[in-house]
Amino acid sequence: MILVFAEATSGHFKKAAFEAVTYGIQTANLLGSQCVALTLGKVENAGQLGVYGASKVYNVANEHLANFDSQVYAAVIAQAAEKLGATVVVLSHTSTGKSLLGRLAARLKAGSVAGVKSLPDVSGGGFKVNKGVYSGKAIATYEISSPIKLVSLAGNEIPLQSTGNEVAVESLDVTAPSSRVKVLDVKREEGIVPLPEAVTVVSAGRGMKGPENWGIVEDLAKALGATTACSRPVADADWRPHHEHVGQTGVAIRPNLYIAIGISGAIQHLAGVNQSKVIVVINKDPEAPFFKAADYGVVGDLFEVVPKLTEAVKKFKAS
Amino acid sequence: MKILVCISKTPDTTSKISFTADGAKFNDAGISFIMNPYDEWYALVRACELVEKNGGTVTLINVGGADNDQTIRKGLAIGATDAVRIDAEPKSALFIAKQIAEYAKSQNYDIVFCGKESIDYNGSEVGAMVAEYLDQPFVSYASKLDINGNTATLERDIEGGVEILEVQTPFVVSAAKGMAEQRIPNMMGIMKAKSKPFQVVAPVEFPDLAVPVKFTLPKEKTGVKLVSPDDMDELVRLLHEEAKVI
Ligand SMILES: Cc1cc2nc3c(=O)[nH]c(=O)nc-3n(C[C@H](O)[C@H](O)[C@H](O)COP(=O)(O)OP(=O)(O)OC[C@H]3O[C@@H](n4cnc5c(N)ncnc54)[C@H](O)[C@@H]3O)c2cc1C
Repeated sequence: MILVFAEATSGHFKKAAFEAVTYGIQTANLLGSQCVALTLGKVENAGQLGVYGASKVYNVANEHLANFDSQVYAAVIAQAAEKLGATVVVLSHTSTGKSLLGRLAARLKAGSVAGVKSLPDVSGGGFKVNKGVYSGKAIATYEISSPIKLVSLAGNEIPLQSTGNEVAVESLDVTAPSSRVKVLDVKREEGIVPLPEAVTVVSAGRGMKGPENWGIVEDLAKALGATTACSRPVADADWRPHHEHVGQTGVAIRPNLYIAIGISGAIQHLAGVNQSKVIVVINKDPEAPFFKAADYGVVGDLFEVVPKLTEAVKKFKAS
Repeated sequence: MKILVCISKTPDTTSKISFTADGAKFNDAGISFIMNPYDEWYALVRACELVEKNGGTVTLINVGGADNDQTIRKGLAIGATDAVRIDAEPKSALFIAKQIAEYAKSQNYDIVFCGKESIDYNGSEVGAMVAEYLDQPFVSYASKLDINGNTATLERDIEGGVEILEVQTPFVVSAAKGMAEQRIPNMMGIMKAKSKPFQVVAPVEFPDLAVPVKFTLPKEKTGVKLVSPDDMDELVRLLHEEAKVI
């Protein structure tokens, strides 16, 4: 049986949860098995996971699950996995899933692979999955040899598939220890898609000359419904907030579309963004290394090109 | 205060990555190695700052062969008190975590630090595993950590925001950008590092349950399609019709 932990934020699923269930059912099909989903705490409309392929949805309701604590969540998921006889446990490769994966591996004495980007190759009774390594510069095939296998699924890798119908939610009786981590506050930027989840990203670098010029980047992002990002020196100089820094030592992203404006394309920058499906580079220097990693390029002055692109996007969206 | 910092050795960030012809192993010819930046810049430096302020010791721990000693010495030069190397080939995350936890369990550390991930395997798993083996709380992706007595206040990076958390020692934390600023070791630090205690410990028996068996390089881009800066309608058309991303 494949157990998918479908994570919710403030009681609501994000795309990552549906992707994990889609991955779960496709893995179950390969193994001739079933996919069931687990939700923890109060979750709205948990039965919709059936639409993506969960044949059953379990919920554990317990006051200790109100806030995320990897220790408490892992204890509950491990018990559920044992109780239900799971052979594969699927998590999302998010701040939550990443904090759980290692704990579950230690608890269940199971091999784990973080950030998988392929369905398992189960030929010959094995279990092999691919993941990005060297910050996106290479791909490694991992073999898991333990009876229970653990994976966290990288975002934006598996196209969602609705194959089933809503199912009833059953409660699962497992115990939850109390948390030793106190949440004092949670601060979220409202109204923007966080970078790791963004399907479109508009990113800018030192070519912008200064923070006062970012209006044109924000206008383009707004027209595209994109999230903004930046290169490291831009964040280091406090032109932009640190959470926008993408690259090898910043956030690693894999959107469908990455637009790089006035960024040279240093190897450490590319390492965090080269898994984007389509890359557009706008740079006045035709020799900028980024063009080698790009799908589409515009050689020109960003201060002229970007506003024109914004107009063209607006015109397209209006038509 | 007694602090343990887990460090790993990774290829330099400028490295061009390649593999042996059969794709089975990383090709380290011509590669220079560094301490994993998250371990060095954030975890280790913050640990040193905490003991400089509150007194105590910072112990470095690494699982690996003697070829890691240079990296470990750099950590001592930055300011750690002493170092331990578990003499084993680090092939899988759970194996590594087991070795660290086995060493740590009798030492009563107040805090175990690691970096948020290593820039080679990008697993982000070891910290959580060590925390589980030690039965301690784990705060991942912490971009801020302050301590007052036994109570730590941390900021943890989450998608689109931060959580402000409070936890009592002992606990395990993984460090992200923001926790500290990179320190360049000075001459005195480098000299002192040579005489700091450095222990080599035999590993405990533990299986490797998930290992890389093959490496490949991503498909090269087939070549950039250049669009005239005067024709952004054409770029939008291509992104819509050809690339299908808008
Ligand atoms: C250990 C380490 C880790 C690192 N990690 C990261 C990381 O995670 N992320 C990261 O981004 N960097 C990282 N770096 C830094 C990296 O090496 C580069 O220095 C950085 O990415 C360069 O940023 P940039 O492209 O914005 O600036 P620059 O390299 O200065 O490039 C600016 C570009 O803008 C173009 N430009 C200028 N004016 C215009 C104009 N008017 N119109 C159009 N184009 C214009 C120029 O042609 C140039 O190509 C790291 C470095 C090290 C040593």
